[in-house]
Amino acid sequence: MAKRKFRPGELLLHILILACSIFSVVLLVTIIVFVFAKGLHAVNWEFLTTVTSVRKGTVGIAGNIVNTLIIIILTLLIVTPLGIGAAIYLNEYAKPGKLVNTIEFMTEVLSGIPSIIFGLFGMMFFGQTLGLGYSLLTGSLTLIIMVFPLITRNTQEALKTVPDSFRQGSIALGAGKWYMIRTILIPSAMPGIITGVILAIGRIVGESAALIFTAGSAKYLPKSFLDIFRKIMDSGGTLTVKLYLSATSEGDFDTAFGTAVVLIIIVLIINILTKVLTRKFDPSRQGR
Amino acid sequence: MKWHDIKELIAKIIFLICGLLAIVAVLVITGYMIAKGIPAISKVGFSDLIFGTVWKPTADNPSYGILYIILSSIVATFGAVLIGVPIALLTAVFLTDYTSGNKTTRNVSKLLQSAVELLAAIPSVIYGLIGMMVLNPIMFDLEKKIYAGNPNHQFTGGANLLSAIIVLAVMILPTVINVSVSSIKAVPDHMRAASLALGATKLQTIFKVVIPAAKSGIMTGVVLGIGRALGEAMAINMVAGGSVNPPFSFNSVRTLTTQLVSEMSYASGLHRQVLFTVGLVLYIFIVVINLILMRIKKKGLENG
Repeated sequence: MAKRKFRPGELLLHILILACSIFSVVLLVTIIVFVFAKGLHAVNWEFLTTVTSVRKGTVGIAGNIVNTLIIIILTLLIVTPLGIGAAIYLNEYAKPGKLVNTIEFMTEVLSGIPSIIFGLFGMMFFGQTLGLGYSLLTGSLTLIIMVFPLITRNTQEALKTVPDSFRQGSIALGAGKWYMIRTILIPSAMPGIITGVILAIGRIVGESAALIFTAGSAKYLPKSFLDIFRKIMDSGGTLTVKLYLSATSEGDFDTAFGTAVVLIIIVLIINILTKVLTRKFDPSRQGR
Repeated sequence: MKWHDIKELIAKIIFLICGLLAIVAVLVITGYMIAKGIPAISKVGFSDLIFGTVWKPTADNPSYGILYIILSSIVATFGAVLIGVPIALLTAVFLTDYTSGNKTTRNVSKLLQSAVELLAAIPSVIYGLIGMMVLNPIMFDLEKKIYAGNPNHQFTGGANLLSAIIVLAVMILPTVINVSVSSIKAVPDHMRAASLALGATKLQTIFKVVIPAAKSGIMTGVVLGIGRALGEAMAINMVAGGSVNPPFSFNSVRTLTTQLVSEMSYASGLHRQVLFTVGLVLYIFIVVINLILMRIKKKGLENG
């Protein structure tokens, strides 16, 4: 066999390709190491369980953690059924045609709208027109529109993997369509739905631009369990908003990096969870 | 009608309503953006607003020119694409055509894909924070060297357009990589085999055969990246500085998004309405990008 001609240009390109690929890994490791090196010392029990207060002399982000949790729960409670419903309509009821194309295009547009626009819209529509002001509810309603496409698309993908024989079998046994959806389709599509929900949690945790003008930035803890429900109508900043304010107007970089550590840990957990789920339920489905 | 049929009908109607939600949401958002964004245009005047270069909303004789803001957004986005897309594309090539061999390389590929996934999941404020603490000081050193003894230059402390471009370039990597990987993977192996059989080298095959074949998918990734870069707000607000200037590398700049983030909280009256117009301009950009995206996808389907 003839030996290939040595091409220095090609070697250079090979090296460049390798370097670019390594870049992502190096970048990720650098970010994580840097954040942990700068912020780990700020994270302790007090940081996680108290609220920053000059009077008490405490530094903490507990209020922001609670706000984040409330927003996640409130958003998911509403958006999950809506997103599943939309996916079921698109996959099980609608016949291919103009309406389906329009819905799918609009869903795509919705997922392409930047979060700052959602924030602006949420502030104007839910905050002002509906009079909800800066509140956790306004923030949640805004996020519902934002993560709706995510839930819809993941459920749709899951529904597509349910074999048609399940549907035909169920109908042949005399089940109504609604009964079939409830007892056959939704349980079979559950892994995909759960993956969508977890991805949505990830987006909500990382979101800041859509929340700063809708949910505001208050950091207080609810006084009692029942107080949580009153708090829904109150302003409340999530972890990302806290990080942003600490790093900019407050100039408190210890808190900023401490919050960053907490956020990265949450993101890591969510990432691992999605991986485990997708692998467990369907090995042929690629993680995304 | 039996109870059973009524139940079926109710279910169908509820699912239909859920299905229509996306349409309703987009229409309402569009309506609001237009309704809130138009008033300031008629009050300030279209050309004074869009082509004006002086932004002094709180002066006695206020001026609301957003040209530099629009240009900064465009320059920052294209800068990010110029840096980010080649890196992303080469990474995608590595992930698809270099790591299909033995077990070790496949593990490397898995590790890399996990890293990219995690990069996509890191909240934008963390990118902003790191940009502030790492990138801005480096930029400040550079700035001091380049502009030493230049009395006309306004020192920014490193918070400048260049920092914004670099942060954005990093932030669009995952999007472009993921979309490129799936489109390069979709190129059938017989095309590679045919090219190699004709005596082309591996790289010639990749750049002359595989990438052209995956062109429309890669373009989709690039356009999605443009959309992400244009819409990113918090991270660049933390690294790009806070004043409206023409978009040159070492100037502190405001983009469409950072303008909203930093002034919406205190603006009132006409100033606030102009900010809504800024939002509308951003929204129009995004809609145009979406239309381009649809076009590319349609073409891809026709050709594929």
